Amino acid sequence: MGTLIDILLDTNTWFLTIALAMPIAMAAVGAHISSKAGVINIGLEGIMVIGAFFGVLFNGFFLSKGLPNSLNLLITFSMVIGVGVLCGLFIGIFNLKFGADIGLTGIMFNLIASGLTVYLLYLFTGDRSISSSYPSIAFPTVNIPFIQHIPILGDIISGHNLLVYIGFAIILGLTFLLNKTVLGLRIRAVGESPDAVTSVGLNGTKLKLFAISMSGAFVAIGGMSLSMGLNTMFAKDMSSGRGFIGLTANTLGGTPIGAMFVSMIFGFADALATKLQILSNIPREFLEMLPYALTLIALFAYSFSKMTKESQIKDRNYDGG
Amino acid sequence: MSDKLKVEIVRTLVAIGLSFLLLVVLITLVSDNPLNAIIQLFVGPISTIRGIGNVLEEWIPLVFTGLAVSLIFSSKQFNLASEGAFYIGGVLAMIFALTLVVPTFIFWPLLLITTGFTGAIIVGTPGYMKNKTGASEVVSSLMIISILMALGTYILKYYFKDPAAMALASLPYPKEYKLATVIPGTQVHTGIFLAIIAVIVIHILFNHTRTGFKMRIAGGNKNFARAVGINTGFMSLLAQIIGGCLAGIGGAVYQLGMYNYFVSAELGYGWDGVIVATLARDNPKYVPAAALFLAYLRAGSKIMARRTDVPPQVIAIVQGVIILLIVAKKLLAKYEYNLLLKKVDSDKKGARE
Repeated sequence: MGTLIDILLDTNTWFLTIALAMPIAMAAVGAHISSKAGVINIGLEGIMVIGAFFGVLFNGFFLSKGLPNSLNLLITFSMVIGVGVLCGLFIGIFNLKFGADIGLTGIMFNLIASGLTVYLLYLFTGDRSISSSYPSIAFPTVNIPFIQHIPILGDIISGHNLLVYIGFAIILGLTFLLNKTVLGLRIRAVGESPDAVTSVGLNGTKLKLFAISMSGAFVAIGGMSLSMGLNTMFAKDMSSGRGFIGLTANTLGGTPIGAMFVSMIFGFADALATKLQILSNIPREFLEMLPYALTLIALFAYSFSKMTKESQIKDRNYDGG
Repeated sequence: MSDKLKVEIVRTLVAIGLSFLLLVVLITLVSDNPLNAIIQLFVGPISTIRGIGNVLEEWIPLVFTGLAVSLIFSSKQFNLASEGAFYIGGVLAMIFALTLVVPTFIFWPLLLITTGFTGAIIVGTPGYMKNKTGASEVVSSLMIISILMALGTYILKYYFKDPAAMALASLPYPKEYKLATVIPGTQVHTGIFLAIIAVIVIHILFNHTRTGFKMRIAGGNKNFARAVGINTGFMSLLAQIIGGCLAGIGGAVYQLGMYNYFVSAELGYGWDGVIVATLARDNPKYVPAAALFLAYLRAGSKIMARRTDVPPQVIAIVQGVIILLIVAKKLLAKYEYNLLLKKVDSDKKGARE
């Protein structure tokens, strides 16, 4: 018990919570925008692995060509976003143009992504599961002026990897896009009623493709934050379920900002597991289960309460005649 | 042959053909001797008795998970928990083999019932929660897989680990609990008969009984099924539970057929079950053929990985592409349309004559 209190009082736990929540939050906003447009994107997991891989591949390539780090990261960042957009388009086109079931497309995309990244890793570096012989760099950490000197707060929210702050910006930007712009309104409309969108002369398929390619871009950034933030290398299947946890975070959160807070809870479970692994003798396997178990319980509890609420509303309607 | 079946066959062949082209490209890019790698992949499995054995060894678990996923998917649920059920089936086989001291004729029925029951619960949980509350079965089944993987490793590490072994592995299984080898010189075990029995039983259940008929209608046309008084929720759950049962049993059979001790490793047969089921169009009838195709590819890719410099992941990519092309229904829409036109024409002619 004492250990737990120590961990909760340690600012580093909360710092880790934010760092570990960001990839999940990126998956969650990716899930959010595509589900707003009416496409349930299960391929998040695969896009995340691909983002993580290409981040390392590109920046390592530019590193070997002697590009300055800042330029290297800028180009890598843009190129990985491009790859994410292509992944999103790939899934979208198979679903919307070729009539493939979105669930199966997503599952197969994840399998292909897992195999493809290992194949390409071997092709380009000769490594078989971890990019250990291939030097790569990470995004720099950022110290926020003024805030970094505030005692506890500064330790928690300052000094993160640049991608964490980009992630926050994306979440705010997406909220604005969806709620305050015409494009956002159209994206929401195509998810609610594709026929209504067609009836006013808009191309619903194009809107959906746009949404899912943005989803791909967000999740690819989340992938980069794994291989160029939390770690400085690529490992086989390194997303380890974060795409699906993000999917749940979106369901539970409802809005991008809500999804971010739910991601924080999952990030906290992750941080707690990391800390407990060092400080306690609880078997590692149980700690590794923690984020998944929490996701499962949260999903069931949320669906159960939603169902109860709905049936109450139904009952009331019957009572009123 | 009906036109629909014809279209599906052409679709499958086109998908496989295109994917094999991709396979050749992938191998050529990565290998110093691509021709040898391709020969090993395709001819390796039939060039020796051991190679044929490898195919059949792969076929057994693929039949079990293929049948499992076929049933689950035929209820139109993307419940992926059969991977977890297959894994836990193996873990239970280890626990039973290392703790029980009973005659084999008690051991096996006990093990099959327990693993079947456990598999049913593992796969049934996401299905039940989806039915009851609408919780996404994709997410919940995947979380369950991750939890079970960790649980299995924990059980292995803390209760059954062989302290003398270098890697994480269990104590060796007693000889009498292992399944006997059927073909000398290979590892093909008596589980192959269980797989064949499973195919026959599930085929009859699914295609020739009242319950199976209800399952097919509940998955195929929900509103119609409701209108004729079929309890669709129950039927879809039943299909998933039977599927889980098969996956759990498959895991136990595979474990005591192929291994002398438990090694903690990702097997992925649950995922391959998705591929088998899609190739078989979710019909148990076609599962043996689809499983044979995939078993051949997997055995070939293992032989290739052993003898050449090509990583076995090329097959994972190719498998995924095959399935994507098969489920892309509109890709052959024009061919389907032409067939229909032809049929209309010949019908007209028939009417005139």
